[in-house]
Amino acid sequence: MHYQKYRLIIPFLMPAILLYGVFVVWPYAQAIYISLTSWRGVSGNKPFVGLDNYQRLWLDERFHEALTRNGQLLVVLPLATIAIALTFAALFTQGSQQIRGAGFYRIVFFFPQIIPAVIVGILWSYIYTPNIGLLNGILRTIGLGDISTSWLTDPKTVLWAIAAVAIWSSIGFYMVIFLASMQSIPTSFYEAAILDGATRWTSFKDITFPLIWETIRTSVIYLAIAALDFFILIVVISGGSTTTTARRAEVAAIYLYNQAFDSSRWGYASAIGVVLLILTLFLSLGIMRATRRETYEF
Amino acid sequence: MNVDVIRTGDQARPATGAQLAGARLGFGGLTFSAVSQLLLAFWTIVVIFPFAWMIVTALKTDPEILSSPWTLPAALQWDNFSRAWTEARIGRFFVNTAIVLAGSLAGTLLVSSMAAYVLARFTFPGRQVLFYGFIAGLMFPVFLALVPLYFLVNDLNLLATYQGLILVYIAYSLPFTIFFLTAFFKTLPVELGEAAILDGANQYQIFFQIMLPLAKPGLIAMGIFNFLGQWNQFLLPLVLMPSEDKYLLSQGLYFLAVQQGYQNDYGALFAAMVITMVPTLIVYILFQRRLESGLTAGALKG
Repeated sequence: MHYQKYRLIIPFLMPAILLYGVFVVWPYAQAIYISLTSWRGVSGNKPFVGLDNYQRLWLDERFHEALTRNGQLLVVLPLATIAIALTFAALFTQGSQQIRGAGFYRIVFFFPQIIPAVIVGILWSYIYTPNIGLLNGILRTIGLGDISTSWLTDPKTVLWAIAAVAIWSSIGFYMVIFLASMQSIPTSFYEAAILDGATRWTSFKDITFPLIWETIRTSVIYLAIAALDFFILIVVISGGSTTTTARRAEVAAIYLYNQAFDSSRWGYASAIGVVLLILTLFLSLGIMRATRRETYEF
Repeated sequence: MNVDVIRTGDQARPATGAQLAGARLGFGGLTFSAVSQLLLAFWTIVVIFPFAWMIVTALKTDPEILSSPWTLPAALQWDNFSRAWTEARIGRFFVNTAIVLAGSLAGTLLVSSMAAYVLARFTFPGRQVLFYGFIAGLMFPVFLALVPLYFLVNDLNLLATYQGLILVYIAYSLPFTIFFLTAFFKTLPVELGEAAILDGANQYQIFFQIMLPLAKPGLIAMGIFNFLGQWNQFLLPLVLMPSEDKYLLSQGLYFLAVQQGYQNDYGALFAAMVITMVPTLIVYILFQRRLESGLTAGALKG
């Protein structure tokens, strides 16, 4: 009677375990193995080379450049996105009058998140085009025509132009999350603070901010991981993984894709992947520890 | 709990704590409001304008597009859309995407709910390991698995097939969906199941006839979430669906754009983008609230 439950448990779990095991777990495990070979895609010929690929990566200038770009994104993406999203969320909740249309703004700001990345990428690649593009058109119209440039071919601006698109599309998402978090703070806290003479700024700094810290922390981690895994937007905006734009904005994931699918260096590409994976894990753990604080129960 | 109320104009609404604070801190209230409204309105424009521009551009002729970003179409070029649908084959890609999504959405929901149900309501050795094993999938970057996944699917003779892509879609949707549905199933009352057993029902009947219908809100939220995610999926079809005939919308659109250098039909390209965007737009506007509450619940817990 007691073990009868297994007659349900096993068939119910099987499909999930099978699919997940075969298509998710096994490829990841294989990727790690392939990174230890110098496989070029020829079936059956996977020469084992141990940590050779990793040694080469360590000395690979191009990989270092790519990682540096990831590093820059790592600093800018979370900072900019969270700062702006937090500001917007605060505008809704810190004002003395109910901001009209809060529901409307939430729907609209969240919008870019649900649009396929491909559309966002293609659209912005046209916005950034020098002559017929929207951005330069706007700049010229408001008299700032001098700053207009070829945003996507200028090596100095290309990575940031693409990063701006990422920030633009994710602000709504984080704003919604922060809003939800802020709205769960009880009014009594603010009332007590006012009695003690708090201003709008100090009530934000000393009440709102600490109490939504967990949410901010989770957001930092999501964004940091996104900075390391940054890939699709670059490929789509650049029009391919082998174009000059892609090369000038090459981050680690692009380099991986390029080595795997354009150069058939599967072993080397997998090594890049494993390095990225390890970096992601350490980064997440690092951020979690560094941002640990006493949790406030309320 | 006392819910304080603010009166703004003729409306009275429950206030958030911060708003109350703001109300009593009167000074600068009006400027703050004004500046806030300005900033929010500005951002609304920044968000919507690119899409509005895209729609307008989709209705222009190519010479109009190439002359300036600001020209308005002299006449609405609806045939950009029909060209996109037929010549640019967006119609074909749309159908392909619909086929794959029908399979993968149904599959994801079924497989996930079965697994989540068991994980939520039964204890057995290895339960925790399994659960965290599924969750771990959320942390791993997809492109690491792309390389071996390609060869695996190929070896299984599933490359360039609808079935293959469907199975892979389901597999990669499992982590989040199981995570969400497990939490959901935990909230369903135990007594219902027990009552049903007393009435002679077996476990299968309990699941399919009682629990699953009760789980509808969660299933709908996950259905919407997965619809959006899978409709927008780009990497997996890019790698696993190399035959142009069966391209999905995202990769079809991508190749269309890349080809523009040679074919110069910008109108059709923009029309194709609008077409691709429409289903997600509709689903989003219709189900926005449910989606939002589902997602924020997950983020708040995590």
